[in-house]
Amino acid sequence: MTKVYGLGEVEVHALRGITLAIERGDYVAIMGSSGSGKTTLMNIIGCLDMPTSGRYLLDGIDVRRFGDDQLSLIRNRKVGFVFQSYNLIPRTTALQNVELPLTYAGVPPRERLERARAALDGVGLADRADHEPSELSGGQQQRVAIARAMVGNPSLILADEPTGNLDSVSGDQIMEVVDRVNAEGRTVVLITHEEHVAARAKRVVRVADGLVVSDERRAPVAGAPPHLSGADTGIVEAAS
Amino acid sequence: MIGPEAIRIALQGLLANRLRSALTMLGILIGVGAVIMLVAVGNGSSAAVQQQIQSLGTNRITIMRNFGGFGSGGRRSTNGTQSRSSNLTAADVTALSDKSVAPDIKSVSPVANVQSVTASWQGATYSPSQFVGTVPSYFEAADYQIAAGRLFTSQDEQSHARVVDLGQTVVANLFGTANPLGQFVKFNSTSFQVIGVLKSKGTNGVQDQDDVVLAPLSAVQDTLTGYTGTYDQITVEAVSSGSMTSATNEITSILDGTHKITNAANADFRVLNQATLLAASTSTSSVFTTLLGAVAAISLLVGGIGVMNIMLVTVTERTREIGIRKAIGARKIDILSQFLVESVLLTMIGGLLGVGAGIVGSQFKVVGIQPVIATYSIPLAFGVAVAVGLFFGIYPANRAAKLRPIEALRYE
Ligand SMILES: Nc1ncnc2c1ncn2[C@@H]1O[C@H](COP(=O)(O)OP(=O)(O)OP(=O)(O)O)[C@@H](O)[C@H]1O
Ligand SMILES: [Mg+2]
Repeated sequence: MTKVYGLGEVEVHALRGITLAIERGDYVAIMGSSGSGKTTLMNIIGCLDMPTSGRYLLDGIDVRRFGDDQLSLIRNRKVGFVFQSYNLIPRTTALQNVELPLTYAGVPPRERLERARAALDGVGLADRADHEPSELSGGQQQRVAIARAMVGNPSLILADEPTGNLDSVSGDQIMEVVDRVNAEGRTVVLITHEEHVAARAKRVVRVADGLVVSDERRAPVAGAPPHLSGADTGIVEAAS
Repeated sequence: MIGPEAIRIALQGLLANRLRSALTMLGILIGVGAVIMLVAVGNGSSAAVQQQIQSLGTNRITIMRNFGGFGSGGRRSTNGTQSRSSNLTAADVTALSDKSVAPDIKSVSPVANVQSVTASWQGATYSPSQFVGTVPSYFEAADYQIAAGRLFTSQDEQSHARVVDLGQTVVANLFGTANPLGQFVKFNSTSFQVIGVLKSKGTNGVQDQDDVVLAPLSAVQDTLTGYTGTYDQITVEAVSSGSMTSATNEITSILDGTHKITNAANADFRVLNQATLLAASTSTSSVFTTLLGAVAAISLLVGGIGVMNIMLVTVTERTREIGIRKAIGARKIDILSQFLVESVLLTMIGGLLGVGAGIVGSQFKVVGIQPVIATYSIPLAFGVAVAVGLFFGIYPANRAAKLRPIEALRYE
C-alpha cells in the first residue's frame, strides 16, 4: 500500500509501496530513520488512517468498507494504542484514563472500575490511581498509557516509540510490560530507534523512505518473546 | 454513550475550567433572571390596573346622559335644563327591568348623585366627594360590601327611611375613632342615621372609592334633590361577565326604543362597560409585558452567544483530547453528546440560578410596582435557556464530532 500526504501542490510520499503481513501473536519491531514512514504505517495498521492506494486487511477484512463509527468500534475492541507522546487526557486521573476505552465500550461502571484497577495493578501503578497525568513521571504516564491500551483486552497492541522519551531503567520497565503482553498471546507492533529494544521482538522490519528494506525473523511466532523465554520477571518487582 | 456517562464527562469538562464556566453561566443567569423579573414587573403593573378596574364591579354597566346628544325630535337641551328625551326616567328603568326583552340584565339601579353635600356630626364637618341615592341592587352592581352594621334594604327604600351607609374615608373624617353606627349625621340640613360602614375598596386610580355616602333614593329625593322623575345615571348589573356584550346590546336597543333614537350617532345616552375598559387596559398592559419580556429575551440570546463562543474555544483547546478519545474508541455521537451536554449543562445550571435570582428579585418593588411572577415565565425562561444551550452548542459539538482523529491527535 501507499500513503501520500497533502494531495495537491506539495505531495509527500510517506509510504511508497509497502507489503507486509503480520501474524496473530507476532511481536514485530519496526525500525527506520526519522521521516521514513513508521508512524504513518502504524496509524494505518491501527485503523486511525487509510492508505491512499492498496489494501489493508484486518482479520481478513478490507477496512475501507467500514464507516467512521465502525472504525471507532474496531479501535475500541481490537486495537490498543501506546503513543510516543503518552496522550493521556489532562486533568483526569490515571484510573479514569484507563477506564475510558471501557466507557466507550459500554461496560457497566462497577466492572469497568475493577478492570481498570486490575490493569493499573498490572503495570505496577495501583497506588497512583488517583493521580492526574501532570502528577506522574514520564515513565509512569507511559505505563498508564499501556494499561489503557490493555484494559479492553485488544488482540493487537501498537506502540510508537514507547521508550523514546525515557531513561534506560524506565524504558526497561516499560519493555518488561510489553514482553508480557506478547507472552499473553497478543500481537505487538513496536516502533523503535533502539537496537536493544528491537532485540526483544520476534521479528524486525526495517523501513526507509516509505519502503521495507529488510525483514528479519529472530524467534518463532509461537512461544514466548526472546527476553521472557527464561524466568518470568514480575513487573511489580521490576518497578520497585 | 449512556446518559450518566455523558453527564459525568461533561461535568469534568466544566469543572476543569471553573471560572470560565461560571462566567458563561452568569450570562445565562442574567438573561433568565431578567426575563422572569421584567415579565413579573409588567405583570404586576397590569395586575394593579386590573384590580383597580375590577374594584368598580366587573359586571357593571353604567348608563349616563349624553349632554351633547340630540333627542328624536331634534330638541336640544337649552338653558341648563335637560330636554325630556335626554333624561333617564323611571320608564327606562321599567323597560330595562323586563326580563323577556333583556334576559342578560340581572338588576337595574337608578342613581341620583347629590352635588356639594356637607356632612356634620358633633361639630365635625366633612364634604364627601360622592353622595349617592340609589336602590339596594346597586350594592352588588357596584361591588360595595358591608364592614359593620348593615346595608340599607328595599324596605328602607320603600319607607323613605333616612339612613346612610358610609365609606371608610367619610367615617374617618367625621368620627375619627368613634363608633359611627346608630349616630345621626346632618347632610346639609337633614339628619340621616348611620346604619352601616362599607368595606374599603381603595382607589380606582381616579378617585377614592371610600369617600362615599350611600342612601335610599326615595329619602334622597325627599330631602336633598327634590323629586324630578329623572336620574343622573342608571347602573345595570349583567348576569355574568360573559354576558356583558349582550347586556350592553340589549340596553342600547331598549333605550333606542324608549328615547326614539334612529341614528346611533345621535343617541342621548352613553353606555359604559367596565369590561371594555378592562379589555383595553389588558391589551395595553400585555403589550407592555411583551416588550419587557422581549428586551430580557435579547439578553438571554446574548448569553447564548456567550455559550457558543466558549464552546468553540473549548473544542479548539481540547482538539487533542478529542483525538485521543476517538483513537481509543469514541464514536461521533459520543463526542457530540459530550460537548452538547456540556453546553446544555452550562445553560441549565445558569438557568436554574437565574430562576432563583428572578424569584428573589421579584420580591422587591420596582419603580413603585410590586412585581407579580407569571408562572408561565419560569418554565418558559428555563426552557428557552436550555434550548439556547442546545442550539448554540450544536455547532461547536458537531465541529468536535467531525474532527478526524489522526489530525486531531497531531494538533498542537
Ligand atoms: N499529516 C501530514 N501531512 C503531510 N505530511 C506528513 C503528515 N504526516 C506525516 N507526514 C510526512 O510523512 C513522512 C513520514 O512521516 P512519519 O510520521 O510516518 O515518520 P516517522 O517514521 O514516524 O518519523 P519519526 O521517527 O520522526 O517519528 C514525513 O516526511 C512526514 O513529514
Ligand atoms: Mg513517528
